[in-house]
Amino acid sequence: MDHISPVLWQYLVKWLTNFQLFPPEASRIAPQMDALLFFMVLVSLIGLTIVVLLLVSFSILYSKRRHPVAIQVEGSTILEATWTIIPLGLFLMMFVWGALIYFRVYTPPANAMNIYIVGKQWMWKAEHPGGQHEINSLHVPVNQPVQLTLISQDVFHSFSIPAFRVKREAIPGRYTTEWFEATQVGTYHLFCTQYCGTNHSQMIGDVVVLSEADYKKWLRDSTSGMSLAQNGERLFASLSCAACHNARPDARGPSLANVYGSQQHLINGQTVTADDAFLRQAILNPSQHVTQGYAPIMPTYQGQISEEGIIALVEYIKGLDSNYRVEQTLTTTDLLPEGKPAAAGKQPATAKPTAQGPQKPGMVQQ
Amino acid sequence: MSDTIVKLPDQSTARIPKVNFITKENGLLSWLLTGDHKRIAILYLISITVFFFIGGALAGLIRLELLTPQSDLLASDTYNKVFTMHGVVMVFLFLVPSVPATLGNFFIPMMIGAKDLALPKINLLSWYLYVVGGILVLVTMVTGGVDTGWTFTTPLSTHYVNTNVLTTGLAIFVAGFSSIFTGLNFIVTIHKMRAPGMTWFRMPLFVWAHYAASILMVLGTPVLAIAITLVALERTIGIGVFDPTKGGDPLLFQHLFWFYSHPAVYIMILPGMGVISEVISTFSRKRVFGYTAVAFSSVAIAVFGFFVWAHHMFIMGISNYAVLVFSLLTMLVAVPSAIKIFNWTFTLYKGSITFETPMLYAFGFIGLFTIGGLTGVFLGSAGTDIHLTETYFIVAHFHFVMVGGMLMAFLSGIHFWWPKMTGRMYPEKISQFAAVVTFIGFNFTFFPQFILGTLGMPRRYAAYPPEFQILNVFSTAGATILGVGYMLPVLYLVWSLRYGAIAGDNPWQATGLEWQTQSPPLTENFTVAPIMDHECYDYEWLESQNRQKEDEVAHVG
Repeated sequence: MDHISPVLWQYLVKWLTNFQLFPPEASRIAPQMDALLFFMVLVSLIGLTIVVLLLVSFSILYSKRRHPVAIQVEGSTILEATWTIIPLGLFLMMFVWGALIYFRVYTPPANAMNIYIVGKQWMWKAEHPGGQHEINSLHVPVNQPVQLTLISQDVFHSFSIPAFRVKREAIPGRYTTEWFEATQVGTYHLFCTQYCGTNHSQMIGDVVVLSEADYKKWLRDSTSGMSLAQNGERLFASLSCAACHNARPDARGPSLANVYGSQQHLINGQTVTADDAFLRQAILNPSQHVTQGYAPIMPTYQGQISEEGIIALVEYIKGLDSNYRVEQTLTTTDLLPEGKPAAAGKQPATAKPTAQGPQKPGMVQQ
Repeated sequence: MSDTIVKLPDQSTARIPKVNFITKENGLLSWLLTGDHKRIAILYLISITVFFFIGGALAGLIRLELLTPQSDLLASDTYNKVFTMHGVVMVFLFLVPSVPATLGNFFIPMMIGAKDLALPKINLLSWYLYVVGGILVLVTMVTGGVDTGWTFTTPLSTHYVNTNVLTTGLAIFVAGFSSIFTGLNFIVTIHKMRAPGMTWFRMPLFVWAHYAASILMVLGTPVLAIAITLVALERTIGIGVFDPTKGGDPLLFQHLFWFYSHPAVYIMILPGMGVISEVISTFSRKRVFGYTAVAFSSVAIAVFGFFVWAHHMFIMGISNYAVLVFSLLTMLVAVPSAIKIFNWTFTLYKGSITFETPMLYAFGFIGLFTIGGLTGVFLGSAGTDIHLTETYFIVAHFHFVMVGGMLMAFLSGIHFWWPKMTGRMYPEKISQFAAVVTFIGFNFTFFPQFILGTLGMPRRYAAYPPEFQILNVFSTAGATILGVGYMLPVLYLVWSLRYGAIAGDNPWQATGLEWQTQSPPLTENFTVAPIMDHECYDYEWLESQNRQKEDEVAHVG
């Protein structure tokens, strides 16, 4: 793509788009992927033409009418080597080129803004860091790298935006990421492409790419009043996390300030980086993720907290750089009538509503 | 054949031999309790044809529903069940057994000069297992169907659907054993029962292809059985192997499932490739170009085929390094297929080609399989896979390989060996017409789906955005043509059972041992145990045999 005139390229893409052979190219990666696709189409057409031409010309030249007696030929090492090595070379080229694109598609730049996406039967929920929620739509700014952190609440889903040429599975129990940088303002299809049950084909929506100014306006107009991290802080308080994770000298759990991105030494001898996935696992399955120096006393929060709740908590812990606010929370938690974690989930007054969102039937039967 | 029976050049006055494997015994029981590989092949042929048309009817419903963007003909639940059943029936009850259990069963013993398969009772058992599996699938269908997709992705199949997952799982489990037994039988037979002089490199390529496919059947299918058993245990007692809330891993299921189901693709296509080698050689009267390369490419496909399964999971968050390795191996497995395509094409070179129906289907196979194979490279390349996977591109790709490739090969083989199996010729003109109709209908049906895929239309959608309609209308229109193309052979092949011209021993002047005996063959296949004293595809040997027979006729006359 870098080697042909951008004007010609745009003309070609427009033409193919208008003839409904090709989706619009609306992201930074799209032209790169299309260049490889065109290369492959070209190689395929040439290969197919060679095979068909050979078939047709041999059929004419050596039909029984024209060539009544066959001449036996054993084979030809040179010919066979040719059609082994040339396809192999071309396929290896496609492998390397494809691998380069793959790494580009799935390696977000450091300055990418992060949006959390939760998939569930049969809708997509987007959680913006500013606290904006959306269902079956995603608003993003143009010319700004956006990373999506995906997780599924139930079955496998797949978050696909054909115009951006990106797609990634949303998997139950595991964060996956994808990123893109939209280059054209507009509205594009968002599909769930992994079969997920009855209304799979209804699990679609729009990706709206807005200009810088429109995006700021949208952020202002759709705010829920609290950022994701603030929601997380509330949840942190209502689940009484601060009862142990408070950085006091007698604290029963490790301090969480600056824990995000740090190296954690676990009692099983492993050393792991505390990323989103680690924090999520440490909340849901704490006995397997005990930091050295602490007793495995943390109860599991499996089934008590929704994926959105975990996302809010993780977002809160990510930004935690001192324990000042935790101490404050602790003071307020002490004032609550019940401070036990198990009871906390049942207090709608103090927790974010989605935190108690009804669990899917399948997730409860454990 | 006995030396006293002479073969007359003019076949129109000939009769079907009075004693053959069909007339030897009469009555239903003589079929249901038979140990004869040829009779079992016929039983298989009838049963897989029934299931092919059931699967085809389901495909027709899918195409009708997709005529319009809304889900109007079928509710989405029904649509999901229909495409699931279409996949299950076509994959497990048609494609996997199609060529091996019918043509392979019938001709592998004959081609290597044996009386029967090594384990005739196991062979019959495998048919019964197939029938039990098939009946279970039918039971599933009439008691409400199943809507997991043929891939049974967990946790959807274990926790979230209330349809007949267990019955279908049991059906596939049972049918899987049928395929294991067939593979086992072929391996033992090919190792142990070759006629004197039938060395490995004198075996027809059809036998090589089946040998490679049998290895896949025997080694791959048990893993599918394990995966299905784990799904059943997860559904019933919740053992949690695939359940993330219990520390299980849902991706593990996909690893296990594709560890079988990717090699299964080669189980389906390799026997078809074997058919094409026989047909191309016979109708161009030439030895297959680069016999050894074609034989080894079958084995290479079988070996590499086991190490590419994770290319179904590039977008599922497996490690980047795994993606690199599996993408590279996928590229490597594409090479033997390319070798085969060119070797078949060059078999025509300096041949003496005629264009009977099997040859037309074989040409169709080469063209469509080339497209199917090349588009597989689009999906094997990790970068482009991200955009194309889970869309109609992948649907079009595997239909080009499975329907354009395998089904064409199956029809080619059925026409090619029909005279040997039944003793009668099929009507040539109408069957050539059917082959052309199938080719046109196929391209109309599935080519638009490549474009739908690059546009981003996801697969398994009951409803879709209206801008995709025009291409879907093309596809549905093509499917009706394809339907006609598949109905025709059933009609004229059944017709030919009674009214077809008498075929004689070797109507195509093919070199395989199966053609050097009467049609239909005797239960024992040969009157005199054959000795392989020549290379395979040796047309000069065949000519000298014919001359010898003419001398005999002259002498007796």
